[in-house]
Amino acid sequence: MRHLRAIRNVQLGIKTLILHKLRSLLTVLGVVFGVGSVIAMLSIGEGASHEAMQQLEKLGNKNILLMAAKPTEDESATVQEGFVSVYGLLYEDDVRIRQSIPSVVRTVPVKEIRKNGRLGERSLELRIVGTTPEWFGLVQRNVLAGRVLNQRDFDQHSAVCVLTEHGARRLLATGHTVGQAVRIGEHHYEVIGIVQSEQVVGSIRTPDLNVDAYIPISVARERYGDIIIHSAVGSFLRERVELHQILVQVDTVENVEPTAQAIEALLKRFHKRQDYRINVPLALLRQTEATKRRFNIVLGSIAGISLLVGGIGIMNIMLASVTERTREIGIRRAIGAKRRQIVMQFLIETVVLTTVGGLIGIGIGVMIPWAITHFAGMPTVVPLYSIILSMGISVSVGIIFGLYPAIRAARLDPITALRHE
Amino acid sequence: MTPDAANSPVATDALVRLDSVHKIYQMGITQVHALAGVSLALARGSFWAIMGPSGSGKSTMLNLLGCLDRPTRGRYLLDGQDISALSDDDLSEIRLRRFGFIFQSFNLIPQLTVQENIELPLYYLGWDAAAGAARARELAEMVALGDRLHHRPTELSGGEQQRVAIARSLANTPDILLVDEPTGNLDTATGEQIMELLAQLNAEGRTILMVTHEQNIAAYATHRLHMIDGKIDRMEGDL
Ligand SMILES: Nc1ncnc2c1ncn2[C@@H]1O[C@H](COP(=O)(O)OP(=O)(O)OP(=O)(O)O)[C@@H](O)[C@H]1O
Ligand SMILES: [Mg+2]
Repeated sequence: MRHLRAIRNVQLGIKTLILHKLRSLLTVLGVVFGVGSVIAMLSIGEGASHEAMQQLEKLGNKNILLMAAKPTEDESATVQEGFVSVYGLLYEDDVRIRQSIPSVVRTVPVKEIRKNGRLGERSLELRIVGTTPEWFGLVQRNVLAGRVLNQRDFDQHSAVCVLTEHGARRLLATGHTVGQAVRIGEHHYEVIGIVQSEQVVGSIRTPDLNVDAYIPISVARERYGDIIIHSAVGSFLRERVELHQILVQVDTVENVEPTAQAIEALLKRFHKRQDYRINVPLALLRQTEATKRRFNIVLGSIAGISLLVGGIGIMNIMLASVTERTREIGIRRAIGAKRRQIVMQFLIETVVLTTVGGLIGIGIGVMIPWAITHFAGMPTVVPLYSIILSMGISVSVGIIFGLYPAIRAARLDPITALRHE
Repeated sequence: MTPDAANSPVATDALVRLDSVHKIYQMGITQVHALAGVSLALARGSFWAIMGPSGSGKSTMLNLLGCLDRPTRGRYLLDGQDISALSDDDLSEIRLRRFGFIFQSFNLIPQLTVQENIELPLYYLGWDAAAGAARARELAEMVALGDRLHHRPTELSGGEQQRVAIARSLANTPDILLVDEPTGNLDTATGEQIMELLAQLNAEGRTILMVTHEQNIAAYATHRLHMIDGKIDRMEGDL
C-alpha cells in the first residue's frame, strides 16, 4: 500500500517535470555539471593512483633504484677528441651501501651495454644487462622457459644469457629457444632461459626493458670493461661508467624513505658531482597521491559550488512552482490532503528532478574521463563508488533545496490558497 | 421561526451544530467580524440554501462548516464531535472522509485529466490505482462524462467542468456536500442541469449546504438560511 503510493507520487513528479521539459532541464543544469565534475574528478584521480599503484607493484614498494646520470657540465666537453666522460655509480658504492646500511636487505649492481644481437639472419639491438643472480629475486618476472642466472654462472664466468620474451621472439623466432647460441657484439652466449618483461607504461620506468639480455656481471666486466664508446655523427663519445644501476631492496616499507636518505648521504660523500639519481617508487606514489588530493580539492570545490548554485536554482524554481500552484495546493488541502502529504509531493518532485539531473550528470561524468583517455592518453578509472556517491548527492541536493519550498507549500492556508488567482 | 436554532426541535439529532460562533479577521488595526455569533443546527439529509448580501459571511460560514477553518470563538459540533480544538491533521482527515466541496470556479487541477481529478480524494484515502480508476469511471458516467475521462479540464465547457467537480466531490461518498455558488460561472440552462443533479443527490439522502444569492437556484433547496452582517437573519423551510 505504502510503496504503491510512493510509486504514484514519483509518477506524478515525473509527469509534472515532463510538462515543463525545458524549464526542468535548465533548472537542473547545476546538478548535471556538479555531478558530472564529481565523477570526472574521481575518475581522473582514481586513474592516476591506479597507474601509480600498478607501477609500484612492478617496481616493488620496498625497492630503491639508483641510476647513473651524466652530469650536465660534461655535455659540452664531449666534442673534444680523446675526452673520456667519467660518471655514474661505482662498484664500491654497491659494496658500501650493502655493508654500511643495516636496513638494506640486498643490492643488485647493473652494468648496461648496447650491442647488436645476431642469430643467423636475424638481428636485434639488445641491451646487455650485466648483473648478479639477485636481479631475478628483485625484479620478479615469470620464467617462460629454461632458468635464470645462478651463482655458478656468476662464479664460473659462464657465457650464458637470459633473454626476454620479446627479444627471444625476434631473434629465435619459434624454433628451439633454450640452448641456442646467440652472438651479441663479438661474443657468443648460450641462451639458458627466457623471462617475461614489462611493457613500459606511464612516467615511471621499470628497471627492465623488453630487449634485455641478462648475463653475469663478472662476464660483462671481463668482456666489455668499463669504457663504452658510442659512435655519434662523425665523432666518438667515450664514457667510463662502472655501474649504470644499483637496485636496493629495503627490509620494510617504513624504512624505504629513511634508507633512501641514508644512501643519498653516503653517495654524496664519495661523489663530487651529482652523477646519479635516486628513484624511490614509494615516494613517487606518495607524490601522485598528493597531486591527486590537490586535484580533488580543486575539482571538488568546483563541483561543490556548481551543486550549491544548482541547488539554489532549484529552490528558486520550486518556490516559483509553489506560488504558481497555490490553487492546486488549496484544492488538495480542501479535499483532505494533510500537510505532510503536500510536503512529500513537492519534495518527491524536487528529488525526481535532481535525480534525473544526476543521471544526466553521470552520463556526462562518464564521457569526460573516456574523452580524456581517448584524446589525451591519460589513464582514468570510473569507480563504482563515484556513481553511488553522485546519486546520493543528487538526492541530497533535492531534499536539502526542496524541503523549504515544500514546507512553504504545506504551510499555505487552504482558504487563502483556494482564493489565489 | 427563531434564529436561535439551538432551541429548535431539530437540534437534538443535528448533523452540524454551531454554538455562538464568531470568526474575526484581524486586518491591521481593524477587526472584521465575518461571523458575529452564529448558532444553528442542521438536520441530516436536508438541502440548505445559504443566502444573503455580498460580504455577509456566507463563504466564511461554509468554510467553517467544511472544517477548512476554525472558529475564533464558539463551538462547532459535527455529529456531536467538537471540532474547534482539533489539529490540522484531524481536520484534514474529517474533510477527507466526510465532506465534498463544489466551488463556483470548479477548482479542478488543470494538469490532471478528468479521471485523475475525480480520483484525487481516493488517492488520499489510500485506494489502489485500479479501484480508484473504476470508481472514477463510474462517477464520470453518473454525471454523463464517461467519454471524457482522458480530457483535461481546459478542454471542457463550464458545465462539464462543474460536473467533473461534482463527481470528484462524491468520490469519497461524503455525508455532506458543501457548495459555494455552483452556478455562478454558468449560463441559466447549464445552471439548471447542475441544480437538478444536486437535487437528485439530495433526494438520495445526501445533506447539501449551498451558498447562492440567486432566488431561482435557492428554490431547488428544501431550506433557506438568510444572513446579514455575519448573523443569521432568518431560516425558512420545513424544519
Ligand atoms: N481572509 C480574510 N481576511 C480578512 N477579511 C476577510 C477574509 N475572508 C473574508 N473576509 C471578510 O469577511 C466578510 C465576509 O466574507 P465572506 O467571503 O464570507 O462573504 P460572502 O457572504 O461569501 O460574500 P460574497 O457573496 O461576495 O461571496 C467580508 O467582509 C470579507 O471582507
Ligand atoms: Mg462568498
